[in-house]
Amino acid sequence: MAELLELSVAAATGKIAGGEISRAEYFDAWRDAAGGDELNAYLWRAEEDSAGGEGPLGGIPVAVKDLFCTEGVVTTAGSRILEGHRPLYTATAVRRLGEAGAGVLGKTNMDEFAMGSSNENSAYGPVLNPHDRGRVPGGSSGGSAAVVAGGLAPCAIGTDTGGSIRQPAALCGIVGLKPTYGAISRYGMIAFASSLDQCGPLTRDVTDAALLLEAMQGQDPCDSTSVGIEGGIRAPRGEDLSGLRFAVPAELAHDAIEPGVRAAFEATLKRIEELGGEIAETPLPHAEHGISAYYVIAPAEASSNLARYDGVRYGMRIENEGDVVEMYEATRAAGFGDEVKRRIMLGTYALSSGYYEAYYGRAQRVRTKIAADFAAAFDRFDFVVTPTSPSVAFGLGEKTDDPLAMYMNDFFTVPMSLAGIPAISIPAGRAEPEGGGPELPVGFQIAAPAFAEQGMLDAAYVLEQALDG
Amino acid sequence: MPRIVAVIEREQVLHVARLARLRLNEAEVEKMAGELSGILEHVDRIGELELDDVPPTSHVVDLENVLRPDEPRPSWPRGDVLAQAPDPADGAFRVPAPRDED
Repeated sequence: MAELLELSVAAATGKIAGGEISRAEYFDAWRDAAGGDELNAYLWRAEEDSAGGEGPLGGIPVAVKDLFCTEGVVTTAGSRILEGHRPLYTATAVRRLGEAGAGVLGKTNMDEFAMGSSNENSAYGPVLNPHDRGRVPGGSSGGSAAVVAGGLAPCAIGTDTGGSIRQPAALCGIVGLKPTYGAISRYGMIAFASSLDQCGPLTRDVTDAALLLEAMQGQDPCDSTSVGIEGGIRAPRGEDLSGLRFAVPAELAHDAIEPGVRAAFEATLKRIEELGGEIAETPLPHAEHGISAYYVIAPAEASSNLARYDGVRYGMRIENEGDVVEMYEATRAAGFGDEVKRRIMLGTYALSSGYYEAYYGRAQRVRTKIAADFAAAFDRFDFVVTPTSPSVAFGLGEKTDDPLAMYMNDFFTVPMSLAGIPAISIPAGRAEPEGGGPELPVGFQIAAPAFAEQGMLDAAYVLEQALDG
Repeated sequence: MPRIVAVIEREQVLHVARLARLRLNEAEVEKMAGELSGILEHVDRIGELELDDVPPTSHVVDLENVLRPDEPRPSWPRGDVLAQAPDPADGAFRVPAPRDED
């Protein structure tokens, strides 16, 4: 049984297709493993084998972030306001995984409506980091990262609005990929910030990430912003990094990064050079304004998207003696957690009369500048690389009283989201946390031009092989 | 363009909460005023940038007029949709009566 769980998804599909292991045996082994969840990572687990089909993911159980609608299966987005909600339809990304032969193993815990970087904003309690249960797994796809890192699922999917796949992948020591905006349909993904939200895989290795990405990507008539990746995605390959140019943002030298994370990052740069890659600094002068722009744009879009939770058509309702407006206000007061309320307030303020241009308008112009910085970098370089997160996994409760400190976790991941470009985080060494203690995983982020996922995966694969060795 | 004001007063919190249809208790109002002020103080740094000639970006993928074939298809069954509602009645969503405002 244990060996079954050691197999990568790519290896397992081979053995299942070759008849070496049965679908049911494999799925049940993972159901048993998921049943031992002590990390509060699952909100729902499959009671039977649902991976029926043939295909490139035939027989593979996938853990799905609870932000994805699944027909007939409770979908809460980590929120009290959707407690017990059973969607009428399944998200396109999940449906496509099913068409590739995979089945849903469980729904994973997350920060409420994907707002958070520690998974402490879930209405259903925090997820624990499998490497140290006193620490956070990152967020908002914290459950999806924890189940893969903790041996509770062979692979998972999540969503990334400002780093919600990459940062938890880094903090849990696994691979997390945010595709180009538009690569995968957003249909059936509960909306947070629609111009930024993108679905992607969280896996144990780069090859598995490519496999899941290929299964999910593509144009979808139900999402007019989806375009897919031309030519699709094949298994990543490569021997070295010769001829490839990696840019390190020049401003990185001054950024607040934990010493251990910086050391691990520099060691990875050295490996890139040993593999034949070229490394040089390039200016990304507006990236430092990413957090400011993001924390206007994302809350503004969220305040609009979350207006639908009003106690009328689905979800919870708080009845009182008052009129319909009082019902809305009471329902939303009871149904939303602190961080969601904070972002709705921030977004509503930024969009309100008199402040719209000063906040939302300016933030959208900063977004243009950030995208232009990346475009200039990609004129000369193939990739931009950074640490995924400024720190390793931090302690539960450490940053919950300081929203701005929490937002700074997204410092290195937000600029790519604003520019809409793809980025992957791969495990690259370990570092002692500030304040001491056992070493924890560090993530290395590789960003590429829009729709250049294949080259990005190939480079990540080469680096992964070298770092593993 | 109005000058950006980083300090959010209690009255503004209440005004925005009304716009957002959020009821905040007294403690939340106080806390929210401080937290929003802190966040906006950071955000205000973009006020230093020269952005007048920069076009805004609302969408990162170059797309226009994406259309699907105009083919009739069945809607969700009314019963299934209403089954999700907190208070369905007579084939519709029932809500408390709006109050007359003069």
